[in-house]
Amino acid sequence: MSFRTDTGGAIDRNTLLRFTFNGVEHTGHPGDTLASALLANGVHEIGSSVKLGRPRGVVAAGSEDPTSLVQVEAPFSEPMLLATTVELYDGLVARGLAGQGKLSSEPDPARYDAKHEHCDVLVVGAGPAGLVAALTAARSGARVVLVDEQNQAGGALLGVDEYLDDRPSAEWVADIVAELKSTPDVLVLERTTAFGMYQDGFVLALQKRTDHLGFAAPASVARQRVWRIRTRQTVLATGAHERPVVFADNDRPGIMLASSARTFLHHYGVLPGSRAVVFTTNDSAYCAAIDLAESGVDIAVVVDARPEAPARLAAECAARGIEVRAGQLVTGTEGPGRVTAVQVGDDRIACDALLVSGGWNPVVSLFSQARGTLRYDAELGAFVPGRELATVRVAGSATGELDLTACTRQGRDAGAGAAAAAGFTSGSQVPLPASDSRCTARSGLVLWRVPGNDDASFVDLQRDSTVADVLRATGAGLRSLEHIKRYTTIGTAHDQGKTSGMIAAGIVAEALGVELSEQRPTTFRPPFTSVSFAALAGRDRGDLHDPVRVTSIHPWHVQHGALFENVGQWKRPWYYPQPGEDLHAAVLRECRATRESVGMMDGSTLGKIDVQGRDAGEFLDMLYTNMMSNLKVGKIRYGVMCGVDGMVIDDGTVIRVGEERYIVTTTTGNAAKVLDWMEEWLQTEWPHLDVHCTSVTEHWATIPLVGPKSRAVLAAVAPSLDVSNEAFEFMTWHDTEVAGVPARVCRISFSGELAYEINVTAWHGLAVWEALMAAGERYGITPYGTETMHVLRAEKGYPIIGQETDATVTPQDLGMSWAVSKKKPDFIGKRSFARAENNRSDRKQLVGLLPVDPAVLLPEGSQIVETDRLPEPPVRMLGHVTSSYPSAALGRTFALALVRSGHERIGETLYVPVEDSLVPVTVTESVLYDKEGARRDG
Amino acid sequence: MQLIPCPWCGPREEAEFHYGGQAHVAYPGDPSALSDEEWARYVFFRENPSGPFAERWSHNAGCRRWFNAVRDTRTHDLLAVYRVGEPMPEVTA
Repeated sequence: MSFRTDTGGAIDRNTLLRFTFNGVEHTGHPGDTLASALLANGVHEIGSSVKLGRPRGVVAAGSEDPTSLVQVEAPFSEPMLLATTVELYDGLVARGLAGQGKLSSEPDPARYDAKHEHCDVLVVGAGPAGLVAALTAARSGARVVLVDEQNQAGGALLGVDEYLDDRPSAEWVADIVAELKSTPDVLVLERTTAFGMYQDGFVLALQKRTDHLGFAAPASVARQRVWRIRTRQTVLATGAHERPVVFADNDRPGIMLASSARTFLHHYGVLPGSRAVVFTTNDSAYCAAIDLAESGVDIAVVVDARPEAPARLAAECAARGIEVRAGQLVTGTEGPGRVTAVQVGDDRIACDALLVSGGWNPVVSLFSQARGTLRYDAELGAFVPGRELATVRVAGSATGELDLTACTRQGRDAGAGAAAAAGFTSGSQVPLPASDSRCTARSGLVLWRVPGNDDASFVDLQRDSTVADVLRATGAGLRSLEHIKRYTTIGTAHDQGKTSGMIAAGIVAEALGVELSEQRPTTFRPPFTSVSFAALAGRDRGDLHDPVRVTSIHPWHVQHGALFENVGQWKRPWYYPQPGEDLHAAVLRECRATRESVGMMDGSTLGKIDVQGRDAGEFLDMLYTNMMSNLKVGKIRYGVMCGVDGMVIDDGTVIRVGEERYIVTTTTGNAAKVLDWMEEWLQTEWPHLDVHCTSVTEHWATIPLVGPKSRAVLAAVAPSLDVSNEAFEFMTWHDTEVAGVPARVCRISFSGELAYEINVTAWHGLAVWEALMAAGERYGITPYGTETMHVLRAEKGYPIIGQETDATVTPQDLGMSWAVSKKKPDFIGKRSFARAENNRSDRKQLVGLLPVDPAVLLPEGSQIVETDRLPEPPVRMLGHVTSSYPSAALGRTFALALVRSGHERIGETLYVPVEDSLVPVTVTESVLYDKEGARRDG
Repeated sequence: MQLIPCPWCGPREEAEFHYGGQAHVAYPGDPSALSDEEWARYVFFRENPSGPFAERWSHNAGCRRWFNAVRDTRTHDLLAVYRVGEPMPEVTA
């Protein structure tokens, strides 16, 4: 049976759209939502409730609906949409949900994007107040943005058949929209919900651009767009939501807000049923009763909770044969699913729809998000905006005003005020329309609930939270609405309590015997309506999620099968497996080749900072624990950097390029942080120093050439360079040509082996790498990655900042007192080294660990304990394993660890819990390989 | 997203800025002359007022300059911004 009217509504009856719901095929028309099309087909049961599995239908016609949750299955599976906001398209496939949807496991093929917009006046809501506000501001010459969540302007006017100035309201709306759209610098956005309001006029709005096109949506157009609007002034004309009344079994399908039933009639040409009961506390539902009666619905009775019905409206009802019962209440409902009867006093009244009005709640979410305070309006039974904000005005029914002309006057005042505050003088005045509306909602009775079975009296239909739940919360001693919200979960579902929040506050106040004016409403938070993560992510997905930094040699690594690890945003070769090799096999091979012959790696990601100026030496003396000002031009020094608390924050080499110029290197991940650190001290503490710092990380390709044969390989590609140990000493650098291009070669080593670090401009990085590979071929030159680098340095006990350290480790803890100057009067961190805390003998110190069983590899991060049996908890932890590897050079596994009093424990046996066993380990010095440093000079 | 008025660039979104804690905490002239407690006060102790608070900010993703700002910690309103070296302006919260 069809519940579609023959005429009326903004639908195209000449066009048929086919869709499938819960496996059944139906038809609807362009202009329908999924909800209106289902109701037109007599389908009221949409899904079921999340906890109790009770059938649920459609309560409201718009985004405030708490129940009509569906999952759209085609063209793309999307969960947790409201049937009332899904515009119908041909081929739509959807199903009702039991309170929860299912995310698709397929990637969303649609595009999403974001756009910035700046304006003088933002108007939220294109109902009568918002339209007048926008036009008033636009006529003053202000740059105006008007956003509205529906697919056309009009707001509440879309759901009524009223006349403005003796013509259909749609014509009045169309005229204003036409003028707005033809005004330069005015942007009107339909299907756009302002969902978040933040400081300084920042508003986020979600525009649904192609959702309504379904399969016909062009792939080239972003499906949804997040508008990032920055406005000087805002007018919130966000309207009001009708409020239900709570009574026993108030959650059946077929029970709907009265104004929503009216909207379904006038906007969609859909009747809510054949025979309806209307239950109201105010005048507004009478218009729904009268309009529906005139459209052929049998209105069984209007139940008015007030002691007396309004005489004029009661007379209009009587003229249409509608019974009005004043001073009565709906106390319960019946039905297998959808409502079949309503209990009113002692009478059981058969019906297939129950239309409810408990008054109106101004939509104050955005105002509250903007830190506006709310005030309880006892006559309205709702929280309304309190004091106006400097840049946010509220107009229309969002203020609690429900008379149309008065709403538009507020809109005109707000639009003019906002434009004036933004510096514009008003243009020609927008005339205010007169309405023929007969039903205003003021002079209502505030009624939260009808006493009855509390366990079946639903406050939040989406959360299955009942009056009994609220009373349990207050009975447990909770008094704050914020606490009760969390205890009962009322207002935490997809609808964020649009229809339930005010009622919950009212029931709590009644239960506690306090005035609502003394209650602080719960804080409204973004988003106003659900926003998908896809929309928030926008274009920042996949490759565009985060920049990927690669070196100039990267293509070679890819070609040669390197596996990569992420270090910050950098892709660094991790290791280069040969066929059949796993990580351990490849790393053992790379380590062996490097220690026995020659290896090389791409070190271009190392942070490099060019430090120049007359006071560069003095500056670096303050930043590093060791002396840098006395470094000779041509020399290199390793340096450690600490915070004022004396904890290590970075390390690297400092090379002196000229009298007033140094290049310092940082760890790959800390490059930006160290540059910031330098700038902070230069600008805030030592602005008198003549020093300038610049990042040159990406200017250079850096290739460490490592191993006993590195000298021979370098000699082959750098014929003009004397590579002898005498001419080219450890910790010195030379400018020369390598493979025919200018290069700076530094003799430094992070492995203990004879090693050179070849620096060329990034343009030449790949060519020089290939030349080195060719020159080293006769020695079996082996490219290695970060894993081998880690093993080689760990065998020498060199710490990695961030792996061996965690901001609680001093240079002394690392056994690096040798890198801390005793001569300098001060440097950052020096005073902290003298603190009692820094000199405790039980500090955690860096040591080596050798598992007694040389084949056992300790998991990094393992805890270390003192005894071979675990005592009763709490067990005293001595420290943890920071690095752990199998070693080709040692022929066994080994680890580095931070251990309490570690330096004193060398030689002791400690224990490492690994799964169910305690692994015995011997504590050693941190340097495990070539302790005497014999390999450094080749 | 708050706007922060960089004294060099004008109002910019807060995501461009980096917070630097309490302002006007000078590095001691001679740390070695301080007791452990005095040094610890410099390293670890900072004010935490409810109301106007002078703090350091850096326009990290813009001009990269450090500057000072007085922020009302109750509202996040920035009551004044001023360049390094300038005295803290009088503010009324």
